[in-house]
Amino acid sequence: MSPANFVLYEEESKLLFDGLVRLRQDANARAVFLVDKNGQQIANAGDVSQFDITSLASLTAGNVAATDGLAKLIGEREFSVLFHEGEREHIHISIVAKRAILVVIFDDRSSLGLVRLRVKRANLELERIFEKMLQQSGSSAVAEERSQDSPFAEITDEDIDALFRD
Amino acid sequence: MTFINYASKEINCKIVYYGPGLCGKTTNLQYIYNKTSPDARGKMISLATETDRTLFFDFLPLDLGTIRGFTTRFHLYTVPGQVFYDASRKLILKGVDGVVFVADSQEARAEANVESIRNLGANLAEHGLDLATMPYALQFNKRDLPSLVGVDEMYRVLNFKREPTFEAIATSGEGVFDTLKSVAKQILVELRKR
Ligand SMILES: Nc1nc2c(ncn2[C@@H]2O[C@H](COP(=O)(O)OP(=O)(O)OP(=O)(O)O)[C@@H](O)[C@H]2O)c(=O)[nH]1
Ligand SMILES: [Mg+2]
Repeated sequence: MSPANFVLYEEESKLLFDGLVRLRQDANARAVFLVDKNGQQIANAGDVSQFDITSLASLTAGNVAATDGLAKLIGEREFSVLFHEGEREHIHISIVAKRAILVVIFDDRSSLGLVRLRVKRANLELERIFEKMLQQSGSSAVAEERSQDSPFAEITDEDIDALFRD
Repeated sequence: MTFINYASKEINCKIVYYGPGLCGKTTNLQYIYNKTSPDARGKMISLATETDRTLFFDFLPLDLGTIRGFTTRFHLYTVPGQVFYDASRKLILKGVDGVVFVADSQEARAEANVESIRNLGANLAEHGLDLATMPYALQFNKRDLPSLVGVDEMYRVLNFKREPTFEAIATSGEGVFDTLKSVAKQILVELRKR
């Protein structure tokens, strides 16, 4: 069996982004990120320019993977929330729809209680979007309609070689 | 699992460097990092012990340019090779699109190579993946050292599906990019099929 693809289309990307923007405002957070469990960033909102987003995504996924491993060792399915408290900056990490990771970075203008509350609500909303995405990726009609503009079916050997010309 | 983002027009693929302890996985990534222009690479993250053994993983994001308007990005990971870090190795294989197996060419490590490939197969199987059908490249590293196993002998023992195989000296970079290109190409060809 070869690995499947995870496809994110513009429409869902917009919905996820809107959800993150709302969460950031409601929670008074500095930035919020949605990261795939494999370590790839899906969407973000807020004050993100000062963060190395790629590193953040990869380390968060590693952190969650290690914590999941710990959970299994003691007979838990998962630890659904992780919280790292710094002197000024704090990170709240939770799982959305079993496959994505929601990261909220906040400082003392907010509080753990507020973040927790808002994350809970946002989780429900994000979960609905993910469910819709999963349903659609299972539906061949949608896949077919959308794959018409898939750029990859026509990748040529030349396209690939061009990437490696230095 | 290749992540195709139509909103940001990006393709993200994950490549994992696997192999026994001290075979040169981290050295491969360091060489790639040093030889890539800063605008084509992100930060290299190494979660390592005080003696520079990989503890959890190394991570290096690379931008190879665009294909049909999509930015093509490869995320390179290494696993910790030491036997007792097996739980971590398993985690890092999650969502992998292609594997590079780095074998240590020294006679003393012949057994460790075989053991590590077997471990790779078992850990992939736990993710529902099979080396036989995955993008995969094999590297015989440390060809500069004395007391080496011959290339033919290594090929006979370690190569199992005629996967592309490269001799390498990761410290000086010989064979490093050839290995990476090989597995990256296989991943993109695979993408075309789906
Ligand atoms: N002579 C020589 N030394 C090498 C070569 N490749 C790696 N080394 C050395 O081998 C040692 C181990 O290399 P690493 O890249 O850290 O090995 P690793 O596979 O990442 O090891 P773990 O993290 O423990 O799994 C280092 O001292 C490297 O400099 C090579 O081609 N030739
Ligand atoms: Mg290492």
